[in-house]
Order: sequence, then C-alpha cells, then structure tokens
Amino acid sequence: MKNFLKKLVESAGWARIIIGLFLLLLFIIAPFVQVRLDTSIQDVLVRVGMNGVLVLAMVPMIRSGCGLNFGLPVGIIAGLLGALVAVEMNLTGLTAIFTAILISLPIAVLLGFSYAQIINRVKGSEMMIATYIGFSSVALMCIGWMILPFSHPTMVWGFTGQGLRTTISVADAFQDVISNILSFQIGDFFYFPTGMLIFFGLACYFVHLFFKSKTGIAMTAVGKNPSFARSSSVNIDRMRTLSVIFSTALGAIGIIIYQQSFGFIQLYMGPFFMAFPAIAAVLLGGASLKNATITHVIVGTFLFQGVITMAPSVINSMMQSDLSEIIRIILSNGMIIYALTRKEVYKR
Amino acid sequence: MLTKEKVKSFLVNQAVPILFLIIVAVGAPLSGFSLQHLTQEMTYRLARDSFVVLSLLVPIMAGMGLNFGIVLGSMAGQIGLIFITDWGIRGIPGLFIAAVLGTPIAILLGFMCGSILNKARGKEMVTSYILGFFVNGLYQFFGLFMLGPIIPITKPSMLISRGYGVRNTVDLLGVRGAIDKLIDLKIGGVSIPVATFLLIAAFCFFIVWIRKTKLGQDIRAAGQDYELARLSGIAVDRTRIISIIISTVLACYGQIILLQNLGTVNTYSSHEMTGVFAIAALLVGGATVAKASLMNVFVGVLLFHMMFVISPMAGKRLIGSAQLGEYFRVFVSYGVICIALIFHAMKERARAQKHREELMIGESSLNHGGEAR
Repeated sequence: MKNFLKKLVESAGWARIIIGLFLLLLFIIAPFVQVRLDTSIQDVLVRVGMNGVLVLAMVPMIRSGCGLNFGLPVGIIAGLLGALVAVEMNLTGLTAIFTAILISLPIAVLLGFSYAQIINRVKGSEMMIATYIGFSSVALMCIGWMILPFSHPTMVWGFTGQGLRTTISVADAFQDVISNILSFQIGDFFYFPTGMLIFFGLACYFVHLFFKSKTGIAMTAVGKNPSFARSSSVNIDRMRTLSVIFSTALGAIGIIIYQQSFGFIQLYMGPFFMAFPAIAAVLLGGASLKNATITHVIVGTFLFQGVITMAPSVINSMMQSDLSEIIRIILSNGMIIYALTRKEVYKR
Repeated sequence: MLTKEKVKSFLVNQAVPILFLIIVAVGAPLSGFSLQHLTQEMTYRLARDSFVVLSLLVPIMAGMGLNFGIVLGSMAGQIGLIFITDWGIRGIPGLFIAAVLGTPIAILLGFMCGSILNKARGKEMVTSYILGFFVNGLYQFFGLFMLGPIIPITKPSMLISRGYGVRNTVDLLGVRGAIDKLIDLKIGGVSIPVATFLLIAAFCFFIVWIRKTKLGQDIRAAGQDYELARLSGIAVDRTRIISIIISTVLACYGQIILLQNLGTVNTYSSHEMTGVFAIAALLVGGATVAKASLMNVFVGVLLFHMMFVISPMAGKRLIGSAQLGEYFRVFVSYGVICIALIFHAMKERARAQKHREELMIGESSLNHGGEAR
C-alpha cells in the first residue's frame, strides 16, 4: 500500500494530487452550501469542451522543443477572422462553423509560418519572445478590427457603421451548433454537450495519431534530443516550423469552438491573456516545458477548469464574495512558475 | 576617426532609438502641439518616469535581463500610498512614511523574486514576468478582501460600496505633487520640478557608486559569467538576490514618485502599466537585455513618452480617430519590446555559434599540429 501510494505520487506529481484532492473536496462541500451538484458538473463539462482544443494547441510546440506556446493569440486571431467572415456571409448552423474553420486554417498556416520564422531564429528565448509576439499581434489587430471592411449590422458599431464591436453575439449564426449534436438534458439542471466533447475527443485522437506518424516521431525527436535528430538527418528548423503552424492552426480551431459555446466573439483586447489559462491547464495536467501528451491535456483541462468553475461558486456561497478572477490569476500563474522553476530531468 | 564601419555599426546598434526619432520627428508637427506644451510635458514625464526606469539597471548588470519583477516593487509602493491616504498624512512626511511602509514589503517580495529566479536560471525574464502576474493576484486579494475586514481602513470613501476592499481609484490629494512642487523653477514658462530631478540625480550617483563597490564588482562578475564567478568564490546566487532586492526597493520608491506626480492610484492597474512602459522606454533608449547605461534611460524616457503624447493627436489629425492613435501606441509599446528581444536573442545565438566555430577550428589546428610532428 505504501509503495503504491509512493508510486502514485511519483507518477502524478504533488501539484496534480493536491489540486485533484482540492477539486474533490469542492465537489463534496458543494451540496452543503446550496450549490447544485448537477449544474456544477454540467458547467465543468461545458468548460472542458470549450477550452480543450485551445489547451491541445500547446502540445505540438512543447513536443518540438519550442516551449510553452505563449503566442497562442496568433492562432486565435486567425480563428477570429474566420468566424467574422462566416458571420459577415450571413451563414448559420454547421455551415457557418465549418466555413469559419476552413477560412481560418489558411490564415493560421500563413501566420504560423511567419511566427515560426521568428521562433527559429531565437532558440533559447522562445517563450519570452512568443509572449510579446502574442501581445503585439493582439495590439496590431486592435487597429485591424477598427479598419477592416466588415459591414454586417450585428458586428459593426451602430452609431457610425464603422469598426467592429468589442463583443459580437453569434446567437443567430452558430451558437451551440456543435455542442448540441447528440446533446441531451437530464432534469432541468443538467445539459450534456455531447457534440463538443466528441469534437474535443476527435481532435485529441487526431493529434495522437499525428505523433505516431513518421513526421510526428521526428518532431518529438527534435524536442527531446536535437543532436540525435540532426544526426538522423531530420531537418530541425523544418520540424519546428511545422509544429508552430500546427499549434497555431489548433489555436484557430480552438477559439471557434470556444465561441460557439460561449456565444460571443471577443475582439480587441479579448484574446490578450488567453494563452495563460491554456498553458496553466496543460502544466497542471503534468506537462513540462519539454514534454506534453494527450493525457496531460485531458487531465489538465479537467482539473484546471474544474477548480476555476467550482472554487468560485462554492466560496461565493460560503462567503458571499467574488473570488473567481483572483483564483484564476493565482492558480494559472502559480502553475506556470512551478513549471519554469522545476528542474528538468533529462531521460535519454 | 569616423570610419564607414563605425557609422554602420552605430546605425545597427542604435536602430531602435533612430527609428523612434523618426516617428517622433514626423509625428510631432502632425500632432499640432506647441513647442512649449511639449517641452513642459516632457519635463514632467522625465521627472515622473526616470526613477522607475533606472531601477531596471542593476539586474541587467547582474546578467538577469530585464527585471519584469519591478511591478512587485510598484505594488509595495502603492500599498504604502493607500495607507497614508487612509491615515490622512499629507505632503512630504506622507510620502516618506509611504516609502517606509513600502520598503519591508519590497524587500520581502524582492527576496522571493530573487530566490525564484535563481531556480529558473536562463529563463529569468519570462519567470519574472509571470511572477508579476502571480503577485498581482495576491495583491488583488489583499486589496479587495484583506483591506477593510482584516486590516482596518478608516475612510469609508476609499472602500467599495459593499463595505470592504479598496476602490479602483484612490485620490492622492494630500501628497499630490509634494516632491514636484517643493522646488518649482520656472524657465521660459516651463516649470521644472527640481527636487524630483535631484532625487533622480542621487539615484544616478548611486548607480555609478555601486559599480565601484565590492558588491558592484560581484554583480558585474556574475553578469559576465555565472560559472566563472562562482568558481572564483563569489556567492553568485546571493549576489543575484541582492541585485533583485535593490531593483524592487527602488521600483517601490519610483512608483511613489510617479504616483505623487499623477495624483491618483489606479489600485489594480497602475503597477502593470508602470512595468510595461518602463521596460519599453529603456529599450527605446537603445539599451539591450544585456547592456544598459544611464544615457539609455533618459533618451528612452524622452523618446518613448514623446511618442506617447503625440500619437493620439497625430492619429486624430491623420486618420480622424484618436482611438486608432491610442491602439497604435499600445502596439508600439509591445512591439518595441518584442523587436528588441528578438534582436538580442539573434545576436546571442550568432555569438554562441561563432564561439563554437572558434573552438572547432582550435581543435582541428591542434590535431594538425600533432600529425605534423
């Protein structure tokens, strides 16, 4: 028994066990402080589906040794453009979603390629620079959102008829169209977003398959041991470029899935900090700066979204105060610091 | 002598300040501000912001890059200011007590920051950056939940209407301009806050002086080569922590100087802005992640804030939208940090590459020597 526990702690890591127990505790307390358990579970599941693909977007870059993808906003911008075009074309339902994805992908490839050109030239300080690439592109797009020639009345400011609004509702276009596939309702308070979770599952499976392929294995090799990869005649820069494009494209798809569940397209400074919760989630799942797997993504997204959904509602009903934002800030940044200061154990 | 190479290397090294000089030169006439207005504005901003920017210098000397952790010091300063406003202590004594209150908090936070950065060697910048966000979370918790119920605040006007937690903005009427107006010199219609500049000058002397002390030597040695410094018996980790503590404490004082000029604290955002602007200003002044001088500080503050003042008006005149100018300056603040970091990383890589090649050449010539014999 003692040995088993020791192994469990070793394989799962203290951070995950503590957060996991904390989440369990929250679920146990919830009914006693008049928080409905079924609604809570529903909220957690919806948010896992919403954020899952964005967290998945961390995997390719970590695997190829480019570190945490602080430049996620680059991919998000591609996704936003796709969604905006779909709304502008007056599309609805699944057509709108898939058009949005189809339009955003080439943009993501293009942006990802340029992003990768920079990342490949700054090996060793990718993360700091990625953060600022993300920030500057969000700020640049603020100008973009003001001058791009969109004209759909739900999207532009009513007063001047020019410049996109800060938040744009997608209720008429594609809200919940993926979530609602095969979804079901139990009682008045529990809704299961089957479609969105299946989509997340498929995306995970696809990434998993990719890393089983020849290219995927080469990409992992570049991250794990660059000199070995080079001597096996793998083109390191090419693999890194590919991984950045892959991450960026996943970011674009991820934000579209996020929007269809959230119901709004958030422009301007909206995407500014979006990389941080995604990074925190994958780290919480057990990923390090050099390694991330699909399990890390799924476990991490569940734990992270679980805690930031449950903790505020439980604490609020206990103390009547809103701590959600603060818990999110402390938990996500604390997790990132933990990962940055952890000694990497090299297994060769 | 001015050779072609020298001119070229000057242009390459000073690319960022030169670019900004061009932006400012084009934008200033477009903005339509009078020369006197701009001079006055720049004088105030130079007095207001230089101190915070100067606090970035010591960690750069220690080879720890840009200390994004100065926001920790800023938060400490703000806590001090919140308390003296509540207690109603006015003028210079108020600011002094704010500094006294802020110092231990800044030392504690600086110590924490330094210790964490020692664990993340080689990733100091990104770690200090995230640490800023992390401590911001703790600070928000302190401001919104501790102040009021646990640590008493006597003035109800400072609290959020629900009865606890400090409001989003705190007016510093009692200490507004206390240092600036202490010695107010007017030259040609431009008023100069002499006392503030004296403090800044004292700080500059401190920087020059500390470089000559034993500690300063250790800091520079640690900055040049971590391993070498360690082997020659310097307690490198301790030195690095001290340099971060110095930087954090000075940033705390810098924030107090900055806010007495502005006259209000945005309780939950002033410090974030201070961090971004200070680092952008230093880089605009031509500093790099590894090398920064006093000159860089002042040139940077001038150019960056000039851009800051003129861009909304220039945007309005040029495109008819002040908001666009606003976004432009946000973009430039982040963009300039981004570009400077990219340049630095590329230079570092080129240097490492060259170093590696030299080693290889050295080895091969050695081998040849062996064969000949």
